[in-house]
Amino acid sequence: MTMIDLGVLFAQALSGLTNASFLFLMASGLSLIFGVMRVLNFAHGSLYMVGAYVAYQCVVWLGPGETSFWVAVAASATVVAVLGGAIERFLFRLLYTREELYQLLFTYALVLFFTDFVKVIWGVKQHSVSRPPSLAGHSVVFGTTLPDYNLFIILLGPAIALVLWLVLQRTRAGRLIRAAALDREMLETLGVNVNLLYLGTFVVGSFLAGLAGALITPVAAIVPGMDAEIIIALFIIVVIGGLGSFWGTFLGSVIYGLVFSFGILLMPRFSLFAVGALMVAVLILRPTGLLGGRALK
Amino acid sequence: MNTTERIPALAGVGNLLEVRVLSRSFNGFQAVRDVSFDVPSGSITAMIGPNGAGKTTMFNLLTGLLRPDAGTVMFKGRDVTALPPHRRCRLGMGRSFQRTNIFPSLTVGQNVQAAFVAHRGRGWEFWRPSAGMYGTETDELLESVGLRDRANEKAQYLSHGDQKQLELGIALALDPEIMLLDEPTAGMSIAETQKAIALIGRLARERHLTLLFTEHDMDVVFSIADRIVVLHHGSVLAIGKPAEVKQDPEVRRVYLGTGHS
Amino acid sequence: MSWKIPWGAALFAIAFAVPFFGSPLYTYLATDVAIWALFAISLNLLVGYTGLVSFGHAAYFGIGAYTCGLLMKNGGVAFPWAFLAAGVVAALFAAVYGYFCVKLTKVYFAMLTLAFSWISWAVCFRWNEVTGGDQGLFGVPSPNLEWMKVLPLIGSRPPSEYFHFLTIVLVALGIWAARRIVESPFGLILTIVRDNPERAQSIGIDVRRHRLAVFIVAGALAGFAGALFGILNRGVYPDFMNWTKGAEVLIMALLGGIGTFYGPVMGAFLILWLNQEITAITEYWSLVLGIILAALILALPAGVLGSLIDIGRAVRQRRTGASAPPISRDSAR
Repeated sequence: MTMIDLGVLFAQALSGLTNASFLFLMASGLSLIFGVMRVLNFAHGSLYMVGAYVAYQCVVWLGPGETSFWVAVAASATVVAVLGGAIERFLFRLLYTREELYQLLFTYALVLFFTDFVKVIWGVKQHSVSRPPSLAGHSVVFGTTLPDYNLFIILLGPAIALVLWLVLQRTRAGRLIRAAALDREMLETLGVNVNLLYLGTFVVGSFLAGLAGALITPVAAIVPGMDAEIIIALFIIVVIGGLGSFWGTFLGSVIYGLVFSFGILLMPRFSLFAVGALMVAVLILRPTGLLGGRALK
Repeated sequence: MNTTERIPALAGVGNLLEVRVLSRSFNGFQAVRDVSFDVPSGSITAMIGPNGAGKTTMFNLLTGLLRPDAGTVMFKGRDVTALPPHRRCRLGMGRSFQRTNIFPSLTVGQNVQAAFVAHRGRGWEFWRPSAGMYGTETDELLESVGLRDRANEKAQYLSHGDQKQLELGIALALDPEIMLLDEPTAGMSIAETQKAIALIGRLARERHLTLLFTEHDMDVVFSIADRIVVLHHGSVLAIGKPAEVKQDPEVRRVYLGTGHS
Repeated sequence: MSWKIPWGAALFAIAFAVPFFGSPLYTYLATDVAIWALFAISLNLLVGYTGLVSFGHAAYFGIGAYTCGLLMKNGGVAFPWAFLAAGVVAALFAAVYGYFCVKLTKVYFAMLTLAFSWISWAVCFRWNEVTGGDQGLFGVPSPNLEWMKVLPLIGSRPPSEYFHFLTIVLVALGIWAARRIVESPFGLILTIVRDNPERAQSIGIDVRRHRLAVFIVAGALAGFAGALFGILNRGVYPDFMNWTKGAEVLIMALLGGIGTFYGPVMGAFLILWLNQEITAITEYWSLVLGIILAALILALPAGVLGSLIDIGRAVRQRRTGASAPPISRDSAR
């Protein structure tokens, strides 16, 4: 009996980790944008949603199959990155001298826009995309059967985390990002092109969101409303981990993924409440999050 | 309240402010070291020193923004070392700010009126209209800082010099016995500086205020201060009347001799 | 305003008189606008006057609605008591939530208000036994308004209009109370807390306590609005406290102008009116609202009423050539 219980727990944990990976992809973009630009991008869930829809559209055009899936993923991440860049460059940039309230509400305006926009183009029916053939099978991990695709995602999350971290630590761009998180005005006076930095940050953040959206298409429903359900999760994660903290976001994603997953298993009625309560608790006890501080570490 | 009727608490008697062996360090850097001095009631004291001498830290310790690592600050005979700024304010310690610190979207008159409301503890009255409250006092105060004719202008549209005057007005509305001024003429032109100093000096006399200010501008210091405290590397280098301090060889060597003015 | 038009009284009269001139649909809409106007005004006490941007104000709206609805439907409590209870319970929650929220600032404050509204929603959504869960609390009874038959002028109107008259009076009372508060010394202190909290602290104001106080008042007023809405709607549902509702009321305040007192009233009217018009043509109301909001932020940050007042002032200045008349506590920009 214990073996079965352990198996169930393990499967649930893996499911939670899969979610955590997806969430991390998105949350890292959100955290990055906040860390550098001090803006909480409500529209991050919308970018994710657009990524999912664009990936779907690409698969529709290219037909099912291995290459078309990966092309679709690359294409949609790129499209969303460009979209994010355009939004930053032509709209958002006009608001930097204004109060935070207006910047926040502008990102919400984007949410409102995109939530209907996808309906206009793709209707309200649910869509889906099949897994790429190479990852369509199952594997056995520690006695539990796991879809290959999920395994791929579980491994992808930390891999991307590592890449991002290396970029932050080792490249000039990364150093600028970390510096911007600490002191924007200083950067300006040092002659750094802050506009370009902001644009780049937004583009990278959007790319990650679009990538997450594209990658989630085989395992989640592509449906209007996917933006709303994800943004709350993202907020909870960045709060728990600490707004602007890189490893905090990673930790927050894992915690959220696992808590939600086990919450659903153990106390299905309260899983929603549980993660919300976690967010409240963190904000009350340690507002800067578990790994706190303003800088992207 | 009629300022001419006011009787200062310790007119010419004793020290309003007493600082004893005050020390404060930051991450191992000793910003203020065993500083002691008195500020007699009714005097105008200037705290000077080169950059990095610890003036700002001293100022923040006196106003309560920082806690010292050691030492005491006595105000009116009472130990205020652990009191937060607003409590010191209630006791009669007023301060101005280096960066103008006013309420931008309110009018000049409302800025001062709010200070009266706050100081007189009426900030919880939520039903009676506030229009006209402390009208006479506000008028008088604005008159004495020279802003009476700008009473209905929004504070954010005032010039920098006028904003500083408004700032002074807000601080004075709190009926302080001592005013701590942090570089009151910073960023001002020569004309503005002279105007500001004349104003401060006149107010000090009219209201029997004790003044303690930090300053870089030596002309300002020597024009109105009757006592000078010289800081250097966080310690007191010299204290005394301007003439004495000017002659002090240590001071000359370290401060005045380096061409600082 | 130098012309001293009693805008408040005029608005009240117009709103009150709608059933005399309009169809039952218009009466319903007017009641709806009035309720949202109170809700938006309560939020603006926080946003416009105290500088506290709350995204979770809908929590108190919903809590008030559930309190009143539950008491009336399940407890058989009469409307006056249920209504009062709505405000009290909402105020209590505002006190608890607000206690923690006011310890934070800016984005963290916003996030905690959002988080509290989220868990309130989650509880109502899942607590099937008490709140009806995701089905909500339908069948909230109408209040017994028989006593209104004896009133002059309105007693002879069809009883279906009674609730409108009652709502307008209650909303007017709420807005009047908000007005008194805003014009009081307490209100003045709120504006200095908004403009410069550190300076306010240094002149002796307990900033946190003041913020908490206005948070509670705003919560109570929102609770009253929610109670009325639950009755108008004949049902109370979890999405009353959804964060999107919270954003909607914030947009109303912004559209009208957070720097003016009556701005949120105009915003409520405009949003609800636009909603009526737009949803008749297309189902993509969110898209339109998003564009409106974006345009508002980019081009008209003072809001509609705020901009009108600014224009009026500029025109007057040019005509008289004199300096501007005394600026009231509004113009929060």
